[in-house]
Amino acid sequence: MDILLQQLINGVTLGAVYALVALGYTMVYGIIGLINFAHGEVVMIGAMVAFTVITSLAAHTQLPPLLILLIGLVVAAPTCMLLGYGLERLAYRPLRHAPRLTPLITAIGMSIVLQNVAMIIWGRNYINFPQMIDKTSYHIGNALITNVQVAILFLSALTMVGLMWLVYRTKLGTAMRATAQDQMVAGLMGVNINRVIAAAFVIGSALAALAGLMVGTYYEIAHYQMGFMLGLKAFTAAVLGGIGNLAGAMAGGLLLGIIEALGAGYIGDLTGGFLGSHYQDIFAFFVLITVLVFRPSGLLGERVGERA
Amino acid sequence: MSDFLLETRSISKRFGGVQALADVSFGIRRGEIFGLIGPNGAGKTSLFNVLTGLYVPDSGEVIFDGQSLKGLKPNEVAERGIARTFQNLRLFGNLSALENVMIGRHVRTHAGVFGAIFRNRATLEEEEAIERRAHELLKYVGIERRANTLAKNLSYGDQRRLEIARALATDPKLLALDEPAAGMNATETAALRGLMEAIRSDGITILLIEHDVKLVMGLCDRVAVLDYGQKIAEDTPDKVQRDPKVIEAYLGGAIA
Repeated sequence: MDILLQQLINGVTLGAVYALVALGYTMVYGIIGLINFAHGEVVMIGAMVAFTVITSLAAHTQLPPLLILLIGLVVAAPTCMLLGYGLERLAYRPLRHAPRLTPLITAIGMSIVLQNVAMIIWGRNYINFPQMIDKTSYHIGNALITNVQVAILFLSALTMVGLMWLVYRTKLGTAMRATAQDQMVAGLMGVNINRVIAAAFVIGSALAALAGLMVGTYYEIAHYQMGFMLGLKAFTAAVLGGIGNLAGAMAGGLLLGIIEALGAGYIGDLTGGFLGSHYQDIFAFFVLITVLVFRPSGLLGERVGERA
Repeated sequence: MSDFLLETRSISKRFGGVQALADVSFGIRRGEIFGLIGPNGAGKTSLFNVLTGLYVPDSGEVIFDGQSLKGLKPNEVAERGIARTFQNLRLFGNLSALENVMIGRHVRTHAGVFGAIFRNRATLEEEEAIERRAHELLKYVGIERRANTLAKNLSYGDQRRLEIARALATDPKLLALDEPAAGMNATETAALRGLMEAIRSDGITILLIEHDVKLVMGLCDRVAVLDYGQKIAEDTPDKVQRDPKVIEAYLGGAIA
């Protein structure tokens, strides 16, 4: 088996999920300069809601598995969108003009609240995601790619293209970019700032729901704390690409996924078996620290001073 | 209906120890070009910010088109029909010229988030209309061939024109221009003057803040002069120019 190619495939899959989540961080940061640390929890809630819907449908109906997955997404996405809207409306909007540290701490608080609510609802144990798709694998050279991986890659790519189109080709997207550049003048031009900010949260949360469903289906497992590490990694991806920059979040996500997968694949050889692949998290945070030290603006980010 | 499109009644605004505006009252008539001049720091821009809802005055009131603007947010003031440009250009640098103007149409359009995502027909038609109008406005100010250039890459004079186009996109009754000729050479200033006259003849009232006294005197129907936050004169350019108080404010009394 070709380990390099195999880990690249795994890495790109993981990276696509990171990218979807990172987009949520970066959209919100780009517009209001807030790092929404509760975003990882939105992913988790998306996975949990999808899990509940999928399990009960699978148990009580004879619907085709793909349709069940789709219904899971159709329920999880609006739930997360509502959650994202609620977070913005109740937790962040009242603090819009507060010192920057205040909403940041609130975000961490919201993250803890959501984790605990999820723990009360879904319990503290790992939940087995029902396996809806019969896994089949295809050969690429000497490596394997599963149909789930193909689906994740395809859906992520489609979603990202859709998002780029929304941001760069529609009135709402133009308003979002204008608001990100100069909130005061955008308001003067009649842009409803509150609505634009809410839209960033709502759209980011929809992507998070999709990511949650994908993670659940891919790892076949969900847990009330799953959003924490995933959120941190996606945040790292956003910083790596240049936070506030959409293309950056996508590139950062893919790159981080690949770095992690390659790291996990080779860490045993590199350390003579001292560290195993469960140390893969080291790489994400090594990347985060390196970027923050050497290129805090990220790969595609502008220097903050240049945003007039 | 009152003769005045905009009236300020005893506007005062204080920043800490500085009385930026003291009891300022004047009126702008429909269809005129009204000049607001005064030495640096006289309170011109503060007054502008009060008129457009960015500052809340400590006392006094602005009456626009027969209604008070008290308590309105900047976007609501824009909705009532006041549009402005900025002394230090405030364009959206990373948006194209066309997109900058399209943003200005937000005041007059109301398709929401769901329309943007689900693309119903009303949204599509609205977006098309917005783009068409934006092209017209770019043509009107003479920079249509720059439509797809990022605003930050436009020449200085074109950026000024773009700001005016963006302000016009809000369909204003009153267009407030904050030093539009700043940094322009003589040719550009002459072209700007032509543009302002065209805008006025299209029925839009203009409030002009300007340092270039020659431009103001040649173009404006009436002029108000601010000095240390107080209005010291309001009259036709001829009379204002001969007013001893104005001469003193500008020249420190050397001639008077």
